[in-house]
Amino acid sequence: MNAPVSSFEAVERVGQRSGNGIAVKIDHVQKIFETRDGHEVIALEGADLAVSAGEFVAVVGPSGCGKSTLLSMIAGIENPTSGRILVDNHLLSGPNPRTSVVFQNDYLLPWRNIINNVLLPLEIKRLDTRLYRERAEALLTQVGLAGFGGRFPSELSGGMRQRVAICRAVIQEPGLLLMDEPFGALDALTREQMIMDLQNLWLRLKNTVVFITHGIDEAVFLADRVIVMSPRPGRIDMQLDIDLPRPRKWNEIHSNPGFTEAVAKVRGRFEEQGVLKAG
Amino acid sequence: MAGTLRDLAQKDLAPKSDAGSRRADRLRRQRRRATLEAFSAPALAFALLAIWQICVPLFNVSEFVLPTPIDILSRVVTDYRLLLTHAWITGAEVVVGFLCAAVVGILVALAVFYSRMVERAVYPLLIAVQTIPKVALAPLVVLYLGYDWGPKLFLSFLISFFPIVVATVVGLKGLDKGYANLVRSMGASEAQVFLKVRLPAALPSIFGSFKVALSLAVIGAVLGEYVAAERGLGYLQLQANANFDVTLNFAAVFVIALLGVALYSIILFVEKVVGDKQGARS
Ligand SMILES: Nc1ncnc2c1ncn2[C@@H]1O[C@H](COP(=O)(O)OP(=O)(O)OP(=O)(O)O)[C@@H](O)[C@H]1O
Ligand SMILES: [Mg+2]
Repeated sequence: MNAPVSSFEAVERVGQRSGNGIAVKIDHVQKIFETRDGHEVIALEGADLAVSAGEFVAVVGPSGCGKSTLLSMIAGIENPTSGRILVDNHLLSGPNPRTSVVFQNDYLLPWRNIINNVLLPLEIKRLDTRLYRERAEALLTQVGLAGFGGRFPSELSGGMRQRVAICRAVIQEPGLLLMDEPFGALDALTREQMIMDLQNLWLRLKNTVVFITHGIDEAVFLADRVIVMSPRPGRIDMQLDIDLPRPRKWNEIHSNPGFTEAVAKVRGRFEEQGVLKAG
Repeated sequence: MAGTLRDLAQKDLAPKSDAGSRRADRLRRQRRRATLEAFSAPALAFALLAIWQICVPLFNVSEFVLPTPIDILSRVVTDYRLLLTHAWITGAEVVVGFLCAAVVGILVALAVFYSRMVERAVYPLLIAVQTIPKVALAPLVVLYLGYDWGPKLFLSFLISFFPIVVATVVGLKGLDKGYANLVRSMGASEAQVFLKVRLPAALPSIFGSFKVALSLAVIGAVLGEYVAAERGLGYLQLQANANFDVTLNFAAVFVIALLGVALYSIILFVEKVVGDKQGARS
């Protein structure tokens, strides 16, 4: 079940590892949007959360509870209305250079070929992209897209495109990886594969991951800790530590009592919230 | 693990060994169809010209009323010097008018896009002004700008300016906000967001508007020459009219059309170069 070692060697040869992840601290963060017609929408109400370096945190919650809003604020592309966010022990005032984001949509630039899409973050940071080509190709190989570098996004399936988006996010080995329902649009088979790949990737990088999802099973499977949010206005409702040994295996975990118990706990919380109907 | 994923990915692309002849067959059919399509437009044009050529003597139409395509073509050849001197003037008017429209149009579009104030104040005004038929302004333009380059440049600028502004604004606004957020999350400045995402995404609609604007610029320049000029293909047409020289008149129309096609091809070429460069950017 291990990823091919050869491609990782290539990765390590080209650039030095960024080492461990970076910590995130969220203090009483509130976000209020003003709609076009002058109404105020409280997207997030007083969220408190501390994610330690190298931790994998999954966030689940009903639709519209402010998960994406929280993520954009950690990414530094939205400002909190009140409260503060610390990334790597610094008060956030814009995107942190060691943070990468994977959105629900792949947002590959259609006029760039795959390899140049993967290299985009380096280009934005004005680095010499030629030095990273080998690494980009190794990453593509690792996610099963060897030889696709010269193709264009329109020639790839949705699952392939999302894999490219993940390569683009990890090309610089981010200390903090933020993912907003990255597998939401995928079929069950591809999703399962990507979940396993993500676990392997994280086991290699040992970075901090904040992973938003609608899938309770996927959250429990991947995370060290599952955060359950309340319906809008969003608040952090429950936290659940997941102490299952790694690497976890998708086909075996469903018979693991620790896993099923955790899944049941999260479901139970949603039922209490009235988001899920019991029975 | 990654191995299985790779297999999954590559299964889609594996060539089917028994389908070789079927593919060759399909390729052949595609090629035949492409040839047919490529020749359909010239063939139609040629047929129409042939009908024209045959009908003029058939119905005994005088050359002074309607010359045949061959008459016109031979006139273009014999009088090419005269036509060229005038075409040169008109061409310069079109190019300068169009380039001004492109530069000013894109700058105005950027101002509209980036400043809500400008959008609120200027954009509705622009749309309102656009509804004025620019042709109706021609006599006034002459009144204020005289008989030289002024009115021609101004008219070809004015008439081709609006489509560029509108298409550029629409192109810039059409981009999904997620793309801008994505590159921002990579630490991009607004200038980088513009250069890496907004501009490339808007280019198809900008080039689309260039094509429309170019033919409008030709109209503007010729219109200016009709109203007041001592040079240019429009002026030549008026001259030909005064001398009852219908063939020369048609020859001038032919050269105007040729000019339009030539400039249009340049835009197509630039579009292709820009597109290729973008695709291959490293
Ligand atoms: N730019 C905006 N302007 C106004 N309201 C907004 C804006 N962005 C989000 N909202 C509102 O804030 C709330 C939270 O939105 P958000 O996208 O964070 O939810 P979410 O938890 O990610 O939902 P989902 O699971 O469906 O993706 C929603 O009610 C939404 O309508
Ligand atoms: Mg969301």
